[in-house]
Amino acid sequence: MSLIHASAAQLLTQLESGEITSVELTKACLAQIDVADKQVGAFLKVMSESALEQAESVDTRRKKGEKLGRLAGVPVAIKDLLCTKGETTTCASKMLENFVPPYDATVIAKLKAADAVLIGKTNMDEFAMGGSTENSALGVTRNPWDLKCVPGGSSGGAAACLAASMAPLSIGTDTGGSIRQPASFCGVVGLKPTYGVVSRFGLIAFASSLDQIGPMARTAEDAAILLEAIAGYDPHDSTSANVKTPAYSQSVKQPLKGLRLGVVKEHFGDGLDSEVEQATREAINVYKSLGATVTDVSLPHSKYGIAVYYIIAPSEASSNLARFDGAHYGHRTNEAAMLEQLAQERAALEAAGDEVGLAKLDTSLVRMYRQSRAEGFGPEVKRRIMLGTYTLSAGYYDAYYLKALKVRRLIRQDYDAAFKDVDLVIGPTAPTPSFAAGTKTDDPLSMYLGDLYTVTANLAGIGGISIPCGFSKAGLPIGLQLQGPPLAEERLLQAAHMFQTATDWHQRRPELS
Amino acid sequence: MSESLYEIVIGLEVHVQLATQTKLFCRCSTQYGAPPNTQTCPVCLAMPGSLPVMNRTAFQLGLKTACALNLQIPNFTKWDRKNYYYPDLPKGYQISQYDLPMSQDGFLLITDPKGQFEPRKVGIIRAHLEEDAGKSMHDEAAGKADSRIDLNRTGTPLLEIVSEPDMRSPLEAKAYLTELKLILEYLGVSDCNMQEGSLRVDANVNLHLQTPEGKVATPIVEIKNMNSFRAVERAIAFEAERQYEVWLETKQKIGDVAKQTRGWDDQAQVTRAQRYKEESSDYRYFPEPDLAPVTTTDEEIAAVKAELGELPRQIRDRLEAQYKIPAYDADVIVNQGQTTVNYYETLAKNSGDGKLASNWVQQEVLRVLKERSLEIDAFPISTERLAELVKAVAGKEIDGTRAKDVFAEMLDSGKSAPEVMKEMGIEKVDDSELENLCRELLEANPKVLADLKEGTHKAVGALIGQAKKKNPNIDPGTFRQMCIDMSAKM
Repeated sequence: MSLIHASAAQLLTQLESGEITSVELTKACLAQIDVADKQVGAFLKVMSESALEQAESVDTRRKKGEKLGRLAGVPVAIKDLLCTKGETTTCASKMLENFVPPYDATVIAKLKAADAVLIGKTNMDEFAMGGSTENSALGVTRNPWDLKCVPGGSSGGAAACLAASMAPLSIGTDTGGSIRQPASFCGVVGLKPTYGVVSRFGLIAFASSLDQIGPMARTAEDAAILLEAIAGYDPHDSTSANVKTPAYSQSVKQPLKGLRLGVVKEHFGDGLDSEVEQATREAINVYKSLGATVTDVSLPHSKYGIAVYYIIAPSEASSNLARFDGAHYGHRTNEAAMLEQLAQERAALEAAGDEVGLAKLDTSLVRMYRQSRAEGFGPEVKRRIMLGTYTLSAGYYDAYYLKALKVRRLIRQDYDAAFKDVDLVIGPTAPTPSFAAGTKTDDPLSMYLGDLYTVTANLAGIGGISIPCGFSKAGLPIGLQLQGPPLAEERLLQAAHMFQTATDWHQRRPELS
Repeated sequence: MSESLYEIVIGLEVHVQLATQTKLFCRCSTQYGAPPNTQTCPVCLAMPGSLPVMNRTAFQLGLKTACALNLQIPNFTKWDRKNYYYPDLPKGYQISQYDLPMSQDGFLLITDPKGQFEPRKVGIIRAHLEEDAGKSMHDEAAGKADSRIDLNRTGTPLLEIVSEPDMRSPLEAKAYLTELKLILEYLGVSDCNMQEGSLRVDANVNLHLQTPEGKVATPIVEIKNMNSFRAVERAIAFEAERQYEVWLETKQKIGDVAKQTRGWDDQAQVTRAQRYKEESSDYRYFPEPDLAPVTTTDEEIAAVKAELGELPRQIRDRLEAQYKIPAYDADVIVNQGQTTVNYYETLAKNSGDGKLASNWVQQEVLRVLKERSLEIDAFPISTERLAELVKAVAGKEIDGTRAKDVFAEMLDSGKSAPEVMKEMGIEKVDDSELENLCRELLEANPKVLADLKEGTHKAVGALIGQAKKKNPNIDPGTFRQMCIDMSAKM
């Protein structure tokens, strides 16, 4: 198998044995990016130079017999909303197009400490808001399985670069399904860990109580290896879980005996594509053949998941994104033009003797805020800021935000009840396979419904994983989702690995011209 | 004066910077006066992706203050975001506490030893923690309104202490602030430096009036920008008069107009409506998702209470009882702070006369400190040495007037009281010598003797001057009494 298609586990073995060097591997990935990314557009920035330097350094240190980190020499792609010291970190937004963070996110620091090769920053929906990566203000990413189709989102670039063999490992983030849904659309593995397992420090926040960083890869074993490198308690993140990080890379290969799976009734209702349903049912049968017992479970409040999510996430986002005001960093409107315009407006109002208009006229500061934000944010981000500002407003807070928090608790209680009887719940990751670009951009609500099966894990704070489980007749991948109780990442990865020992969906690669 | 025509109703909001080494949610220094924007990091600059981590020390200082202000401390408290846009608030929200503050429902007792107002228990609604904003410096030159932002202060821990509208005069407001500041200083939780902004006061003021239609309240006005307690006192007094005049003119009652914010102009001694439009403030508070709620056990609260130490009111009571001094004296001494109390107590113990020691501290020590702009720690005469002098006065070895000369010489020369007294030839006159002098002068002044015998005691005054000439060391009081006693027997 060629270097670019190999798993990270295989590559690590080959690197350790000296069979290959990190420079060879990195060059192979860069060459593939060179060829494939013209069509796919997974990367906003390819860090060729620093990646090769890092690869060389790892090779040199390996030759000297130095002790190296657990990802030594393996390329990892980074979703472009993790602060990377000295490298532009854009969130795929015009607002941060030229923003260079002065510090590393904890996950970036951990990857560097693990001697990983940071190969580039991947495209995404602006500020992680979206399910197709079409909301990126800075680039177009397409699905390697069908270039007319979207890669999913918001971690679309992160998933697409794996599918197109441009990197063996990739970091994504998941607020309502943003790791799992693109993993499903691109036929790769994506794990959203339990809230708090991976530090959020340096992750540019969309919705703080829902955001979680997670590993993306082509195999469950690789996801385990990457999770082990990035997980762990972080004193810089007050919401990080103070628990010992399990040896995911070791336990992943141990099959689960007597695995009890619960099929989520509510995930097989209206809106589920029949091909997805069929693939999911077949996947459940695979588990049965592996000795798992399967029962039906109910998550009665999951039908409110989307409604609750689209109150809580925008509420938090409206506050989190307030800092992008043009005053300190990020995009600021052209001041001279803005002041000139303001002066003209004032003169016109004065000429007309319009006292009311004059009293209402923006101060230069307010105009600077308004205009900088109007120019810097795309339509979906604005939509969510407006939604969130509304739901937090006096008079609406109780009816929306507070109510949403209550239902959020009920959603968690549903899961707690389900996990009394089963080890994991199982169902489709997304209602449909990928769709053609442009077909949903004018209908945000149908786009939002793509998160139907994933958001509840974020609301409940539990982990979930998507693994490839088949293809549609059109040749698009279908994803299977497993969700587990809090801190059950080992079990999720083990179950995913079990499935991959019995199937080969994950080994299929798209043919790019 | 229209004081009898209305009652002033005052509530105070005090923001106190807590004396931590580092900020509330990051590890940047809180030191005042550093060059702009040098005490900042990604967290307090609100860099994308940065996260707050609570400074436990700040929370502890908050607990301490809450206990001292008799506030109830719940076992569970949380943080909330207060959302608003301003350039010195880089996150676009302030981390504060909204519906579940760290403490609520306390009080502060204020009294006036001069009796200018009745003792009053001022309710405290709540004290909660929040982060300070940065500083904006506006260049007000017309047309070229450049503003500069210093974010060194951003994230400094603040305790906001909100009183009930329980005060009824500017004097009471000042007394509340004085006592509050004193408590904060005794606890060591803040340096309370108003010039550096570590203690900031906003006052909510309105009037209650008796009208033929019944009791009426005028609209509440919030006064800002007062840089001293004196300014608070004056601003409230001004505002009361102003509101009364507005009332006479407009008859506007509370609720008729939106709450107004006015700034105190210390130069002109007036309040002025703030120039900027106060947006009807909807801060869209919601629980801060980046921070975990804080839990405090009953044991922890008990431990804080146990370690509080003596508070000003308790010290005043103890000094009164222990050293037999008037309430006024205890008040003056305690209001100077812990080091002055320590100085006084050592002096009182070493000299054996609490009242005399109190007089000396109030009249001489505090006067010199003020003249020389010194802190009590730097006072040149140690308590042991001053005690020798006070003891000599108590033992009538030296009279008060000459003792002040000795004191002045001790200050300048650094010599001890006995040394200076010896140099000045001051020694106690023994009783037989005093008796001889007394008899001699009475005999030489028959007119005085006759007056004395008739009970006209003031006649002895003429003899004291003569006696002092003959022996400057005599104690005038003792000599006077001896003349009176002796005249009766002659």
